[in-house]
Amino acid sequence: MKRREFIQLPAKSLAGVLLYSLASESARLRAQSPSGQIQVPLRFLTADEARVVQAAAERIFPSDATGPGATEAAVVIYIDRQLAGPYGRDKYRYTKAPFVESVPEHGYQAKETPREVYRAGIKSLGNFAALAPAEQDQKLLAIEKSYFFRLLRQHTIEGMFSDPMHGGNAGMVGWQLIGYPGPLMSFRDEIEKAGGQPWVRKPQSLTQIAGRAVTVWEEEKD
Amino acid sequence: MRQLKPVDVVIAGGGFVGLTLAKEIATRTSLSVVVLERGEARNLSSYSTDMDELDYSLRYRMMQNLAEETATHRHSSRAGAVPIRQYGSFNPGTGVGGAGEHWSGLSFRFYPENFRLASFLREKYASRLPENLTVQDWGFTYEDLERDYWRAEQLIGVGGKAGNLQGRHIDGGNIFEGVRSHEYPNPPHKTTYVTTTFASAARELGYHTYPVPSATLSRNYTNPDGVSRAACAYCGYCTRYGCMIGAKAQPTNVLMPVLQRRKNFTLRTGCNVRRVLHREGRADGLSYIDAAGEEIHQPASVVILASWTLNNSRLLLLSKIGRPYDPASGQGTVGRNLTHQVSQSTRIFLDKPLNNFMGAGGLGMCISDFDGKEGVDAYPGVLRGGNIRVMSGGEGPIASFGSVPPGAAERDWGSDFKKAALEWHDRTTVVTSEAEHLAYRGNFLDLDPTYTDKFGDPLSRLTLDWTDHERAQGAMLAQVQSQIGKAMGARAASSSSRHLERYTLTQYQSTHVNGGAIMGTSAETSVVNPWMQHWQLPNMWVVGASAFPQNGSGNPTLTILALTLRAADSIVDRYLKHPGALA
Repeated sequence: MKRREFIQLPAKSLAGVLLYSLASESARLRAQSPSGQIQVPLRFLTADEARVVQAAAERIFPSDATGPGATEAAVVIYIDRQLAGPYGRDKYRYTKAPFVESVPEHGYQAKETPREVYRAGIKSLGNFAALAPAEQDQKLLAIEKSYFFRLLRQHTIEGMFSDPMHGGNAGMVGWQLIGYPGPLMSFRDEIEKAGGQPWVRKPQSLTQIAGRAVTVWEEEKD
Repeated sequence: MRQLKPVDVVIAGGGFVGLTLAKEIATRTSLSVVVLERGEARNLSSYSTDMDELDYSLRYRMMQNLAEETATHRHSSRAGAVPIRQYGSFNPGTGVGGAGEHWSGLSFRFYPENFRLASFLREKYASRLPENLTVQDWGFTYEDLERDYWRAEQLIGVGGKAGNLQGRHIDGGNIFEGVRSHEYPNPPHKTTYVTTTFASAARELGYHTYPVPSATLSRNYTNPDGVSRAACAYCGYCTRYGCMIGAKAQPTNVLMPVLQRRKNFTLRTGCNVRRVLHREGRADGLSYIDAAGEEIHQPASVVILASWTLNNSRLLLLSKIGRPYDPASGQGTVGRNLTHQVSQSTRIFLDKPLNNFMGAGGLGMCISDFDGKEGVDAYPGVLRGGNIRVMSGGEGPIASFGSVPPGAAERDWGSDFKKAALEWHDRTTVVTSEAEHLAYRGNFLDLDPTYTDKFGDPLSRLTLDWTDHERAQGAMLAQVQSQIGKAMGARAASSSSRHLERYTLTQYQSTHVNGGAIMGTSAETSVVNPWMQHWQLPNMWVVGASAFPQNGSGNPTLTILALTLRAADSIVDRYLKHPGALA
């Protein structure tokens, strides 16, 4: 059996993951938090791979003067779960042969699944996690047009701003950053009045609004 | 193969078209009606927790599973086709209600001349028309369809403001529209900062604004069938979602409540129709694989194809019914006049926060001063135009993040990008258009010689590309969009027309794909007659956008519903009394 892999993340940033995403394991995770670091179990990536993804996502959406970034939002957890789920293995993509290279207007036509694209892409980044930020940026610039990087960039944004039940947007830091209030049921009384001025509320997740657990697609079994 | 007991009517497809036909036939007659739907059953509670942008909008949780079935595309008959491997330019639905569950609710009528477009263009342009144009008349007039439009508007509860009521032009409605016999059943939606800013800017420029007609209810409404639905709450989870309160008209909340009470109606889900069975000029029934994987033969006296556009033509081709269209000779009918819709947009950046997360799929403000026949004469090469509008459709936090003015960031990642994207977040919207897509000799549908679906049946192959006409339409619309954007106070604007250079699968355009089994007045140039009855098999109807000879500019759903009611009348009032060819 495959050895279970973990990634270590600052506990402070992962309050959201504990609350919204790992409900069944929260007690065990919380127990580790006094050290300031917690171990989050990985579903697809190896620990080494996860460190590369985390470091790259952090360069794509950095934590800086404008606010929290990919590390605080736990984007790597989001990406790991997407890759582990049906999306990662192309359950809903047409994957019959022949695979023919075509014009750019036809989009991605290759055989490799997101899992395979990531695995190869991460490998190509080598010792990425150990590099200085400026060196990391140089490495990413060199692959900026690759399909792997386009996926990584898109998934980083998804991990920042998707509902926390998918593993990213921990503590709803992404939603706080852009003033998104969550999937509220009604703006009937606000919609005419609110435009042209900020309408900001403490965000609520779908799980909080629905008052019950929501089945996310990445949990779907074969 | 298992042979079932014959029924009176069997319908392939449980979307808006199939279920509307089922409702009309099962409530107006005592005939047994069976609907075969490939996807799963759905009801209001299916949507109680669907307000999740990732799974529904970005991962297309409600759409057809492309791994099992897709289509292929090529730009011309000389090029090789490749499969549409992931979602992009259009989003076919699946499951009860089909794409009618996750649509946006925009409910335009087409213009009177749309229904006689070939005659109209010949009269106006004579020999100046492009040679490769294959537009056709529909075989009836707008006036013939007006009553059906009105019935469709009542069925789904469209809200709007009439601009031409019994010949009287009314400011605040679309003054360019055809004559309406009635005001809309419901008033327009609430307005937003985006729609009111657009309206004042466009009016100042001398254009005629009107609220986008919408089937996302503007107030509580009970339709003529006695089906009651609640007013829209503007939650913003509309396009690509099912409505959790039933405010957006969907087959599950408009048609199923009536059908569920009818003992003569049966809905079978998980049933993939593969062939029309036919012999000696009659359809015998449908052959399908049921949810358990068994091959079933359902005989019926009347057979109706009501699957999504592309699948209606594909079923005819797979069943070897009618002559496939050949673009080289121009002969044959099945697959001809494949059209999509021309989309063009200009992104504008404004000073104030817009709260774009609030909205309804059909909430918008529109002008038609460059739509249909209006305004195009000043633009050489443009025969037909398109609407220009802003929508407060409800934007999710993922998809709406990252639009920055041209030059604001060097790349789309990193610190500089993040800073610019945060600065402009929720201060940007798009002025968009949909324009008429004309039919051309080289755009058509046939069966792919290489790629197959999960049963091993050939996929549909789309041969489709844009021409100079669409590029000229796009340029005209972009120019007006930018003009209005500037008048709205835009600090920056950018129009993108790259997708009109070559047909692009990777960019969403609309799910308004049409044609392939078009209607017309001659069996030589159409698959069905103006009642959507098949020319060769008089006990079969092929209904939906597949019957459009070419597209209009407005979103097609309302026209599809009006056509469906017209087809239903032809069956109930005429065919059942005197079975045979109606035209």
